[in-house]
Amino acid sequence: MSFLEYAPAPESRAILSLRDSYGLFIDGEFVDGRGTPFQTISPASEEKIATIANANEADVADAVAAARHAYDRTWSRMSGRDRGKYLFRIARLVQERSRELAVAESLDNGKPIKESRDVDVPLVAAWFFYYAGWADKLDHAGLGADPRSLGVAAQVIPWNFPLLMLAWKIAPALAAGNTVVLKPAETTPLSALIFAEILQQAGLPAGVVNIITGAGDTGAALVAHEGVDKVAFTGSTAVGRAIAKQIAGTDKKVTLELGGKAANIVFDDAPIDQAIEGIVNGIFFNQGHVCCAGSRLLVQENIHDEVVERLKLRLSTLRLGDPLDKNTDIGAINSKEQLERIRELSDVGEAEGAERWSVPCVIPENGFWYAPTIFTNVQTSSRIAREEIFGPVLSVLTFRTPAEAIAKANNTPYGLSAGIWTDKGSRILAVADQLRAGVIWANTFNRFDPSSPFGGYKESGYGREGGRHGLAAYLAPRAVSAAGRGAAKASLAGPATAMPIEAADGAPDLETRAASRRAPRSAKPSKRGAAK
Amino acid sequence: MSRLAVPKTYKLYIGGAFPRSESGRTYEVVSAGGAFLANAAKASRKDARDAVVAARGAVSGWAGATAYNRGQVLYRIAELLEGRRAQFVAEIEEAEGVSRAVASAQVDEAIDRWVWYAGWADKFAQVAGNANPVAGPYFNISVPEPTGVVAVIAPQDSSLLGLVSAIAPALVAGNSVIVVASERFPLSAISLAEVLATSDVPKGVVNVLTGSPAEIAPWLASHADVNAIDLVGAGDLDWISLEVDAADTLKRVLRPESGPDAAAPTLGRISAFTETKTVWHTKSLR
Amino acid sequence: MSGTSLVTARERALAVLGGEPDDATLRRYLHGIAGVDAVGLEQRAAGLGTRSIKTTSKRRALDTIISLIDLTTLEGADTPGKVRSLVAKAVSPDPTDATTPRVAAVCVYGDMVPYAVDALGGAHGDPDDGLISVAAVATAFPSGRSSLDIKLADTAEAVAAGADEIDMVIDRGAFLAGRYGLVFDQIAAVKEACRRPDGTSASLKVILETGELVTYDNVRRASWLSILAGGDFIKTSTGKVQPAATLPVTLLMLEVVRDWHLATGQRIGVKPAGGIRASKDAIKYLVTVAETVGEEWLRPHLFRFGASSLLNDVLLQRQKLATGHYSGADYVTID
Repeated sequence: MSFLEYAPAPESRAILSLRDSYGLFIDGEFVDGRGTPFQTISPASEEKIATIANANEADVADAVAAARHAYDRTWSRMSGRDRGKYLFRIARLVQERSRELAVAESLDNGKPIKESRDVDVPLVAAWFFYYAGWADKLDHAGLGADPRSLGVAAQVIPWNFPLLMLAWKIAPALAAGNTVVLKPAETTPLSALIFAEILQQAGLPAGVVNIITGAGDTGAALVAHEGVDKVAFTGSTAVGRAIAKQIAGTDKKVTLELGGKAANIVFDDAPIDQAIEGIVNGIFFNQGHVCCAGSRLLVQENIHDEVVERLKLRLSTLRLGDPLDKNTDIGAINSKEQLERIRELSDVGEAEGAERWSVPCVIPENGFWYAPTIFTNVQTSSRIAREEIFGPVLSVLTFRTPAEAIAKANNTPYGLSAGIWTDKGSRILAVADQLRAGVIWANTFNRFDPSSPFGGYKESGYGREGGRHGLAAYLAPRAVSAAGRGAAKASLAGPATAMPIEAADGAPDLETRAASRRAPRSAKPSKRGAAK
Repeated sequence: MSRLAVPKTYKLYIGGAFPRSESGRTYEVVSAGGAFLANAAKASRKDARDAVVAARGAVSGWAGATAYNRGQVLYRIAELLEGRRAQFVAEIEEAEGVSRAVASAQVDEAIDRWVWYAGWADKFAQVAGNANPVAGPYFNISVPEPTGVVAVIAPQDSSLLGLVSAIAPALVAGNSVIVVASERFPLSAISLAEVLATSDVPKGVVNVLTGSPAEIAPWLASHADVNAIDLVGAGDLDWISLEVDAADTLKRVLRPESGPDAAAPTLGRISAFTETKTVWHTKSLR
Repeated sequence: MSGTSLVTARERALAVLGGEPDDATLRRYLHGIAGVDAVGLEQRAAGLGTRSIKTTSKRRALDTIISLIDLTTLEGADTPGKVRSLVAKAVSPDPTDATTPRVAAVCVYGDMVPYAVDALGGAHGDPDDGLISVAAVATAFPSGRSSLDIKLADTAEAVAAGADEIDMVIDRGAFLAGRYGLVFDQIAAVKEACRRPDGTSASLKVILETGELVTYDNVRRASWLSILAGGDFIKTSTGKVQPAATLPVTLLMLEVVRDWHLATGQRIGVKPAGGIRASKDAIKYLVTVAETVGEEWLRPHLFRFGASSLLNDVLLQRQKLATGHYSGADYVTID
């Protein structure tokens, strides 16, 4: 037996106490859904985990009504200090139940326990901690004194980082004084439902957070509901586009966090071993199910062969297998559909003339799996250099000069993230200046922090999550009244002084556009309460 | 027959330990009604000197911790204060001669204020720092950094709230602190020190001296290894001469405040104990 | 035990460098090697440290660790009695369990070598044969601050007394002052002093004293320099300076050894020394070796732990695996 054949080191599932079936979490309680329930399965084994309720339009309406009620009666009247205390409690409870949440996440999503334990869940707690502290400090959020919350936020999140995406949505929304209806992804509802139990333990007032499970139509119904003031969506660019179209002309504010095809740029003077780690982490972390994944390696032509050789050597120690084994590096692909898409695009890559190399690994019989794969001889006009694969597939391209690297990196409708590897500080900063991407990592990759804003340029979406900038999505400058809002804006000294941070990022100012297109609306029943 | 109590001994808090004053001195602390409460340690200049050594030894670790970590530690202190709420309320009732309701309000406000400050740890730099758009091929950023060792003369007419209001802002930014407690109401300060000793705050980051501010303050104000001094509670002392002493080493000085809003929570209290560092770096594609 | 012949090493150095190993040529070469990003290196080391080595893998790992230990005593107060006690422990680490492997070597000061050789008796020999080798520190260990003549005499005496391996220290002052040529020449001269009249050579470990070199770029360069000059092993530390061995620094040195092997086909050994006290940590090092340069390196001629108290911790773990309950200090011997 080789030393490298590590004995199984399974994380125990005994820590979980799962129900056979879960209801919708509306107004502080689990209630039955009126749609047809569905199963959530483990993508590693295809075994059933639990039966999940399905929210139909009536359920969506109930959830929005509960959120509205909680906003009007409780949350918008509560001091920021007290809102913060609830968020601190939630952060602490997440820390206390962190192992349980990590196991549930790996079971339901397929990602390695090593990642959910060491990356996902700690970031979830950190996100709640960070935003808890903002709740009573909104004067300093950058929107002027005493900014107001928006009301009810509809939040639809993806399956790749289920609990983390939930935290990115709920924490700032609540800190800013909004209430929430959140729809987890169809294939990964479990951690959100355990989180709902945590909300009960925290004593969060009923209706402040509502979690409704379902599929695409639940999400569409939620986003379309007229009782919603704010829409936050993370997912594919295609759906993001549809949402933007749907809310056009309405009062709803929207932020979108969509796909990407990030360039990871490696210069010939890069710290080579760390660059290899960065490439591997960039595309194979979370099986490549990452919107900001470094899915295009742009390597300086004069070191191409050496980098590819070192990469292959490094990939040979990656372990693919049971997500709950502590030594697993590459977990399962989240669903059959996603696996099909990855296979299809990989075949396209080969057909286009790229050379495929996959890590030799033993693929388990059940479940959805894809061996980490690199394609060399990829060109800028290849489909696999342009389309988001969302799987453990790296496309390798070359460049000659910094300017060429920048041009190739920017030559995409996406603009979420990028990586720069070089020993030269002046180059890092100059290249970063010119990359059209919302998050740039230098000599590192896939680093997240609640204090660091995250979001994209161009078709990767608009708005930022994290940091002080992340509050802007859930606040508006204080105005005298709904009717007087237009007048108040006109009287300001000029756009610069009134510019909320969100507008500076390119989020269209829908309210102004809406106001100019329509007749004055009837006043909404909700009171825009004090945000403090 | 009612149970005989085990009275607590109140010592100084220096470097994470509870020593008596090296001078061996104590002074009587009495309740509002004149009843004997305890003998509190009467700190000497050597105790103050030792506290500065401890604070200096601790500051690089505390300043070097991540802001997230500092926030976590400070929040944990609030949790422990909350757990000991009844004890603090009882101490204030006895010492200040106020009703339970008034004492409770003071303790509640002290805990909540501590939480407010804890929440600034990982945000303060985002509000006080920024990139600067200089006219040239340079990346330029300004960040607030802790000034170092901060001495505090705590508000003298408050057991707990004044103390908390004076030390929390200095800690948030990453400074270490030596605080001279209220002379009349020192006991809550030592109970707070017990909370600190059982929390995750590293030794030496907070040091608490009880005794006579009139005696100790000049030694801290003139100490060359103290970077800043908060005279918020020094209103009844010859604080101008303290300011003169501090000027020898160009310490940053905050002046006395009085009244119910003394040491009210503001961002300015945090930034008073920070230095702004601006860094330039060239940018070029060639 | 024989190491690489000196003549071949110098020829190889000339070929690799493209010139004489003087300060300028060495500087050009060493400073042209890719740099190290410390944050990334430390993260990779931390990642390797999350491997969970359990049950059968753990049992095997513990035995491997023992077989790779240079059981060490390097105190001013060392006496023949102390050395005899150490040797007895090396030969029979756990008197209650005959299945316990032996350590790879004992490591002592040069003037203690005769007592070590004598105490080992028939157990003295090549660890590949299940015997125990004698390693001696030399060259004015630990500081290295002495004349070259004294360092060479120190080395020669230890070799003559029977040492199979010499653990030398580089001149850190010369290295930090950029006098790479001097560092190279000293290593080469010590390697020469390792030669025995019969033509065999003691194996040379070159201690970098990474705690004094401080930056990872320095460690990277010193590693390459030491290998170029003829070292058979590169070793992290004397154990007398903090920090001693760390996982990131050892990972870095393994990367150098890997790259050297890819470039020249030659295999160089790595020895982290000092500060590795817990089995859990030692296991992380085994993982790091296997996943960086290959499990082929997990043998005495290519990897060692410089340790003293580590052995007992491993024995305690071994006892737990055997009995199913936690053990205690009373159940392992002191040496």
